[in-house]
Amino acid sequence: MIPAKFEYIKASSVSEALSLLNKHGDEAQLLSGGHSLIPAIKLRLNQPKMVVDIGKIPGLDNISEEGNNIVIGANCTHHQIATSSVVQGGVNVLAQTAKEIGDIQVRNKGTIGGSLAHADPAADYPAVILASGAKIEVEGSGGKRTIDATDFFMGIFETALEDNEMIIAIHIPKSSGGVYLKFSQPASRFAVVGCAAIKNDNGVSIGLTGVADCAYRASAVESAYNGDAKAAAAHAVDGIEVMSDNFASSEYRAHLAKVYTERALNALA
Amino acid sequence: MSNYIGQSIKRREDDRFITGKGKYTDDIVLPKMTHLAFVRSPYAHAKINSIDTKAALAHPGVVAVYTGEDCGNFGVPCGWQVNFKNGDTMKEPTHPLLAVGKAKHVGENVVAIIAETLQDARDAAELVEVDYEELPAVTNPNAAIQPGAPQVHDDIPNNVVFDFALGNPKEEVDAAIDGANHVTKLDFKNQRLAPNAIEPRSYIADYDVTVDKYTLYTSTQNPHLIRLLMCAFVLGLPEHKVRVISHDVGGGFGSKIYHYTEEALVTWASKQIGRPIKWTSDRSEAFLTDAHGRDYVTTAEMGFDNNGKIVAFRVHSDANLGAYLSTFSTACPTYLHATLAQGCYTTPLINIDVTATFTNTNPVDAYRGAGRPEMTYMIEHLMDTAALEMKIDPVELRKINFIPAFDGVNQPGYQTQVALQYDSGDYHATLDRALEMVGYDQFRKDQEEARKNGKLLGIGFSTYIEACGIAPSAVVGSLGARAGLYESAHVRVQPTGSVSVFTGSHSHGQGHETSYAQFVADTLGIPMENVDIIHGDTNEVAFGMGTYGSRSLAVGGSAIMKSLDKILEKGAKIAAHKLEAAVEDLEYAEGKWTVKGTDKSIAFGDVSLTAYVPHDYPEGLEPGLDFSSFYDPANFTYPFGTHIAIVEIDKDTGKVTLKRFIACDDVGNVINPMIVEGQIHGGVAQGVGQALLEGVDYDENGQMITGSFMDYAMPRADDFPFFETDRKVTPCPHNPLGVKGAGEAGAIGSTPAVANAVMDAISHLGIKDIQMPITSERVWKAMNS
Ligand SMILES: Cc1cc2nc3c(=O)[nH]c(=O)nc-3n(C[C@H](O)[C@H](O)[C@H](O)COP(=O)(O)OP(=O)(O)OC[C@H]3O[C@@H](n4cnc5c(N)ncnc54)[C@H](O)[C@@H]3O)c2cc1C
Repeated sequence: MIPAKFEYIKASSVSEALSLLNKHGDEAQLLSGGHSLIPAIKLRLNQPKMVVDIGKIPGLDNISEEGNNIVIGANCTHHQIATSSVVQGGVNVLAQTAKEIGDIQVRNKGTIGGSLAHADPAADYPAVILASGAKIEVEGSGGKRTIDATDFFMGIFETALEDNEMIIAIHIPKSSGGVYLKFSQPASRFAVVGCAAIKNDNGVSIGLTGVADCAYRASAVESAYNGDAKAAAAHAVDGIEVMSDNFASSEYRAHLAKVYTERALNALA
Repeated sequence: MSNYIGQSIKRREDDRFITGKGKYTDDIVLPKMTHLAFVRSPYAHAKINSIDTKAALAHPGVVAVYTGEDCGNFGVPCGWQVNFKNGDTMKEPTHPLLAVGKAKHVGENVVAIIAETLQDARDAAELVEVDYEELPAVTNPNAAIQPGAPQVHDDIPNNVVFDFALGNPKEEVDAAIDGANHVTKLDFKNQRLAPNAIEPRSYIADYDVTVDKYTLYTSTQNPHLIRLLMCAFVLGLPEHKVRVISHDVGGGFGSKIYHYTEEALVTWASKQIGRPIKWTSDRSEAFLTDAHGRDYVTTAEMGFDNNGKIVAFRVHSDANLGAYLSTFSTACPTYLHATLAQGCYTTPLINIDVTATFTNTNPVDAYRGAGRPEMTYMIEHLMDTAALEMKIDPVELRKINFIPAFDGVNQPGYQTQVALQYDSGDYHATLDRALEMVGYDQFRKDQEEARKNGKLLGIGFSTYIEACGIAPSAVVGSLGARAGLYESAHVRVQPTGSVSVFTGSHSHGQGHETSYAQFVADTLGIPMENVDIIHGDTNEVAFGMGTYGSRSLAVGGSAIMKSLDKILEKGAKIAAHKLEAAVEDLEYAEGKWTVKGTDKSIAFGDVSLTAYVPHDYPEGLEPGLDFSSFYDPANFTYPFGTHIAIVEIDKDTGKVTLKRFIACDDVGNVINPMIVEGQIHGGVAQGVGQALLEGVDYDENGQMITGSFMDYAMPRADDFPFFETDRKVTPCPHNPLGVKGAGEAGAIGSTPAVANAVMDAISHLGIKDIQMPITSERVWKAMNS
């Protein structure tokens, strides 16, 4: 568990971090909470030449209310999100989800920006981020832009972030009711299936994680839902290529996706 | 008088453990110490065409690089010889310190890199180029013996290590099964487990050229045996030139009994480079190379008469021993396993047949329970299954078949069909108590009610017996052990009356520094603070066989008792002299000798001072108060008990939740109830882990797909309810403390209780069995097929 050598630089601003990324390209990687990056480096599965620590950049760990949105800085830890009264008041489901992540150590260090950028197909946040219709604020050398959650997750560990872009904040519309239910993988406790259901003006929106190579909005469920949770949940994996691993075959995982969607819909109703 | 025995005295060692002050091998830093990293085989089976170490050697900080060619003549031995049924010696391939010619499992050591820092060693390891030619691999013990299977060792046909049988003649057993009124037959897979001690293996070897001596610091359960095996069978060193030290050890569960290749390699290499060398396993290496446990594929049948009495028990197993024979691997599926086939029952005919095989997997050896959990799982799972099939209550079925109570004193021990003679037991007692604790009648009502409401509740039983403190040496020797299984103890009374106890057993979580001090202090009638327990250093302790198989108190404790007897016997002579009385007129209590019927007495400390300042002293008596003893037990000890699990199953997902777990164990006399309870709790957690969560899986190429805590499901506190435990006491009749051993009982008894509870919850749906680990998916599939 000894990493290959790398250079470590602590960035003091977003612009410093971005210029380092620009200068060193593929060789440099951002570090926030380190709870995904460092294990990979220790196992030498990932061997960056330079690690740019953005963990202490001022202003990236704020949580605030902006109109109808809750804005969460990329460096906010899971613990911060779980215990923030602003988050609990505006999108309680996100606070509840944060509580389900890993253990205390992970929640104290791991960040929402790191989790979203890492895009583990079994991570918890993406289900809620999708269901809530959040937008991800990113910044690159070309300036700032926002990405819709539905466009953000693209595959296993793959996002819409450009090479030299970083996440600045997540903008989440407030919602009055939402649930996140997960069936944990017994070893890692990541989601085998995690279902977020959130009430919106048109009914409900559903985000599913753990099921496919990346989290997705279960629109087929949303449009089918008219109060009959079981019938709607039957569409949970429509058009989805369901993953298979040592803990859940695709058949079982698809079944769990339906069960958890049904349970989430029932819990919401 | 007893001040300490039977008290839950807090463990003295915990002070240093929970404040981070323990001294583990990796904490030790020696001057000029170098660090070793391995290049390990990424293939389960591959020919090594060539190894290019030039770039690694040129890397800054690298001190030496070794391949199998450099140390190819050494091999670590197996410690137990089991012969084929026809008398031929088992097949024992050389287990080289570094692979020679072929790599035979993923993770096998191929190249050793020694450097100034661990960083240098690891970096240089990446520069080694090994030209492998991948070969087909075999990982399943049953597949390994089929014609045409890949050959792990070119010179060992069909991958068979040995075949083995124990019990009554096969024809008689076959006939009884054929003629039985009912036969319950199950196929079992006792899956492979990773022991996962929290402290990974760690070794430091330090060769001192000035005196031509070696010191090996090692995280082992067994320092003297490591020294014996390494000196006599691997490196050919005289033992007086080698000191083995194992300070604090963070758990072993069996995996640190064995002599590993890495231990011998660092010791050998330390002399080559003339500097100390440290190697500490990381967690990934631990998953790949710490000896695994279990891994049997079995078919077992139990025949019953029309009253539910067992008429015969027949088993055939293929046991996977991995690519090489680890120290006690061969004893596990044979003498530690087949000998337990009697269970607690009066089964008149038993035959156990085992084929042990090589595969392209990490070596398998004893893991908490060692052969006994596997057998207990079969017997107890068959019992509950048979009860369901015959529509007899599982409790009733046990009561019909139990061996009647016997204390081993007024009633003789119970002679089994499989070599052992049980010492004492009262199987009804723990069962009755456990039934009371669980509220059995009420549970059956709750269960029926729950079923009406669409909920799946189940109860499972396990009335286990186990065999600890394996002995006597002559018997185990005749069964193939290449070591004795006695224990040594040296008690040194210091002149001022404090006591140093040197024991050959070894504590790595068991709390010996506390429980031993309790009975020593009580026996001598002195304060516990005056007693020190010393273990884990071959220079301090004369000899020892280490700790495993729940042997420490029963064997090691008894050796200490022998030395204490000698101390008190000699002390009485000195006391008699000082008190001007006859030895026969003295009594010893509360730390002093008193002339019976008088108030004339002399304290233990005054006697010990006299022994070392022998001015006014019995004629002809040697000075000093210091005795060594060796204790070779007359028999094993046989703890037993009843475990009951209650589970609930989510019928939508198949997820099993353990709702309650009741354990009533009888481990003989108890010195420290808290420590015993802790052992039971930990053991139960591991046993439930096997039932529901754990399992090492290799894919068809022999790649381990469960090589991290993200992929290998270790049980966690929130997987369990609080365990409800109680005890019965049937003293061991043949050792001075009357103790039986508590280290493995939890792991042996619990697994079948949980598996049985699952089946009790769902068998009414027409499900016959589910293999372990009983994962949600397996339950769901069974309910939906
Ligand atoms: C034991 C353990 C258990 C866990 N259990 C769970 C669980 O149950 N559920 C779950 O969802 N997760 C779990 N995690 C993952 C955890 O949530 C991580 O914290 C998270 O995935 C990554 O966040 P981080 O801040 O640690 O990111 P880091 O590890 O620092 O970085 C991760 C990746 O994101 C990039 N990155 C970081 N910040 C930014 C940014 N602002 N912009 C662009 N890229 C960025 C990094 O370059 C890196 O590639 C677990 C982790 C561990 C170690």
